[in-house]
Amino acid sequence: MDFLIMNEGFPLLSTLVFLPLAGAFILLFLPGENTQRIWTTLVTIVTAVLSFPLYSGFDSTTAKYQFGEHMSWIPSLNINYTLGIDGISLLLVLLTTFIMPLCVVGSWTYIQKRVKEFMICLLIMETAMLGVFMALDFVLFYVLWEAMLIPMYLLIGVWGGPRKIYASIKFFLYTLAGSVMLLVAIIALYLHTGTFSIPTMMGQDYSTTMQIWVFLAFFLAFAIKVPMFPFHTWLPAAHVEAPTAGSVILASILLKMGTYGFLRFCLPITPLATLSLGPYILWMSIAAILYGGFTALAQSDMKKLIAYSSVGHMGFVTLGIFFLNQQGLEGAILQMINHGVTTGALFLCVGMMYERTHSREIADHSGIAQNVPIFVSFLTVFSLSSLAFPATNSFVGEFLVLAGAFSENKIIAGAAIPGAILAAAYMMRLLQHVLFRGPGRPDLADLNIREIATLAPLLFFVFWIGLAPEPFLSVLHTSVGYLLQQVDVAQSAHMAAMMLP
Amino acid sequence: MEIVNAVTGDIVTSSKLVWALMVPLIGAILVSMSGKKPNLRESFSVVSAVILCSMVLTMVKPVVGGTIYTYQLFKILPGITVTLRADAFSMIFALVASSLWIAAAFYSMGYMRGLNEHAQTRFNTCFAIAIFGAIGVAFSDNLFTMYLFYEVVSVCTYPLVAHHQDEEAYEGAKKYIVYLTTTAKGLLLPSMAIIYVMTGNLDFPTNINVGMFPADANAAIVTMLFIFCLFGFAKNGVMPFHHWLPGAMVAPTPVSALLHAVAVVKVGVFCTTRMMLYGFGTDLMSALNLGIPTAYFVGFTIVMASVIAMTKDNLKARLAYSTVSQLSYIILGVCLLTPHGIAGGLIHIANHAFSKITLFFCAGAIYVATHKKNISEMGGLAKTMPFTFGAFAVASLSMIGAPPVAGFVTKWELLVGTIESGSFGIILVLLASTVLNVCYFGPVAYKAFFGQRPAGEKFEGIKEAPLSMVIPLCTASLISVIIGIYPNFFMNFVKAVIG
Repeated sequence: MDFLIMNEGFPLLSTLVFLPLAGAFILLFLPGENTQRIWTTLVTIVTAVLSFPLYSGFDSTTAKYQFGEHMSWIPSLNINYTLGIDGISLLLVLLTTFIMPLCVVGSWTYIQKRVKEFMICLLIMETAMLGVFMALDFVLFYVLWEAMLIPMYLLIGVWGGPRKIYASIKFFLYTLAGSVMLLVAIIALYLHTGTFSIPTMMGQDYSTTMQIWVFLAFFLAFAIKVPMFPFHTWLPAAHVEAPTAGSVILASILLKMGTYGFLRFCLPITPLATLSLGPYILWMSIAAILYGGFTALAQSDMKKLIAYSSVGHMGFVTLGIFFLNQQGLEGAILQMINHGVTTGALFLCVGMMYERTHSREIADHSGIAQNVPIFVSFLTVFSLSSLAFPATNSFVGEFLVLAGAFSENKIIAGAAIPGAILAAAYMMRLLQHVLFRGPGRPDLADLNIREIATLAPLLFFVFWIGLAPEPFLSVLHTSVGYLLQQVDVAQSAHMAAMMLP
Repeated sequence: MEIVNAVTGDIVTSSKLVWALMVPLIGAILVSMSGKKPNLRESFSVVSAVILCSMVLTMVKPVVGGTIYTYQLFKILPGITVTLRADAFSMIFALVASSLWIAAAFYSMGYMRGLNEHAQTRFNTCFAIAIFGAIGVAFSDNLFTMYLFYEVVSVCTYPLVAHHQDEEAYEGAKKYIVYLTTTAKGLLLPSMAIIYVMTGNLDFPTNINVGMFPADANAAIVTMLFIFCLFGFAKNGVMPFHHWLPGAMVAPTPVSALLHAVAVVKVGVFCTTRMMLYGFGTDLMSALNLGIPTAYFVGFTIVMASVIAMTKDNLKARLAYSTVSQLSYIILGVCLLTPHGIAGGLIHIANHAFSKITLFFCAGAIYVATHKKNISEMGGLAKTMPFTFGAFAVASLSMIGAPPVAGFVTKWELLVGTIESGSFGIILVLLASTVLNVCYFGPVAYKAFFGQRPAGEKFEGIKEAPLSMVIPLCTASLISVIIGIYPNFFMNFVKAVIG
């Protein structure tokens, strides 16, 4: 267990994972819709507050997993309940606990039927998502990974829009198809190492062929989740039909699971395959960036526009990851957080207008700036953040990714630049229509206090990460450095083996 | 205050810069909140302009003496900060932008009220934010800060260009934003990333010789970056990325005046020249022979834009192409890489600003008084609007480069610089441009003063535009004459830049 710094005393990680679940259980017996809403808000806020000590107590000088917890679960198969976080998962855990209260508050009036069930789904989602980011045992990881599907399926299928059944089944089938491959890869690794411990699987001397196959299985599972072009078609459908909170969770956190999977599994477990297949994935990322950008430019539906922009933004993340250098990786991880903040905020914005107009069409919202100035101010800032305006969060991430890219391969990096231009184009187009064109909607009411309170924290993070990202980057340095070192070690070991007669 | 000795003088950390930068921003916020009281709103604009200008003026004396003010606001990444700096080079632009904001604030009050324009609060707010961006560009200490404020200017002037909210305005604004963001994202963003990868930071040095690049930098990449920066700051109007400027002329005239004669286009040339002198440095530019070829390249813009200007009957369109042509004078001067050439280029930032804003102010005043946009309809108007056309004639002389108006100083320095550099082809460019300037400005004034009123059209009831418009335009033309006779005020800064 030398990879894990055990947590003596209060089991913080387990508390975070199971608190929402316990909250969901109590929610079963709570009467009254408002009580249920307030209770869920409380539970998510308490979870968020409890997650702060993770940051303050985090030791950014070591690459080991911290706050570790270890318990035997199924001893005969060597399956354990192991939790721990490093710099990479820390930010994602914090993002999750931070986004969830906003989702609950943001759906206060949006959800009018089956409030209790909706809130239960949200809380179960939170448990599963936090568990995925903390799990260090592959079976535990897989169980939670699959567990996320069910509440998400229900969120889309029950509270979704007109084509909710189509969207939820498509979402379910796509992700499940990927998950099956993930299971195959896990079993293959288990047969080879006899353990399900993720850190133990890293740095093993797998044959190149095996690495390639395991990598491909991983890749399919995670590429669908990201989603990378051409595995993205479930995403616009799911986003468009999902309720606001569902879209926010999907965009802010679920998509990050794919790129988190690349970082946690592909790079350290199958480093040789990563090195040999990485260049192809870079070009796939470029395809995703350009495809997402061009398609977003053609949308008349605001949610679809943001959904396709996500494909492009996540393309930047995978681009940063597979260049395999410090700047690119740090930029990619920061970009994951940024995308969570910005796209989450944009979906909340669209949801707030949907509540008023019952439409997601840009044309139905043209010229509303004069009627809802506060809303439009928020939308403008978040759109600028989405197009990587300097001094907002996305710029820092995108710039780091580009710096990492330009230091490795100027041609691939240059090919990503049109994506940055397209981001400006589709966001400016959205803003032009919402701000100027059209007669406006005098019947709309501007944002109320609750809605402002939902968006304000996200606005704060847009500028905090944009102007002083050091607190976010400082926790990454060691973990990312260690990750790269793992790849390097595998590469040099492989080279040395090749030179032997 | 922490004082560090440096080669060029003292580097002083001073929060004065931040306050100066905040004034237009606070002004913008106050303006946006006082939408229901027009008088209060306009007085906020004027008061912020006056405060800003006086704050900039207090820095004049130390900066001429070699002091450099700096202030670090945020640290983004290792080697990338948001840092402000006021050196002699920034002061040229900061003074121009802040002093002309006062004139433009008065002028736009008269113009917007005279025409009963809609959305005046939005207009005034965006106007103030544009000045915030321009001052930020002037005061930027590194490429990132400059890029940040450059983009601020792009975004917040969009509502100004689209102000009329009709199809023409949308088309102009679309063209405007497409040209500016495409070049900025497509060329500047990768340039910044590559420079950051090459050098580990984006800071400008404090003199114009050394530049940012290491001595062993790859010449091909540096040349490529040079080209990227020339076109990336597309606000400088260098052909072929100049087309947004005539398109943006659909904006109300005060916008055209301040933003397209002063703030926006000057942000473009300021960034370009800052990047040339402080980013690449004169040593590297002459070593890689980047100067003279660029001078010839922008020479094409100078001549071509003048030729196009002659064909335009719409006064604002003619002025727009004249701007495209005149902006390239500044870049041409700097590219000569001789002391007089650089002096001519930099002094033209100020000279062109005062003269061109006069011309635009006149065009606006004519429109408010007569609702006429085309030169062919302006025959004999000078008899009823003597002040406006008098100022117009003076400013035209400055554009042509006739003494004693400001433009003469530019022409003189540029010609001396050209002879110093030995590129005699450039002299032809300058002479051709002067002749062309006469060809397209001369007829306007001639027609107004000596032309006949069109038959059957009554001019009774037409008189000068409101005083709040006539006074700023006369003042601006007067300043054009004053800085033509006493060029030393701005020349002192230029000398401090050249060192």
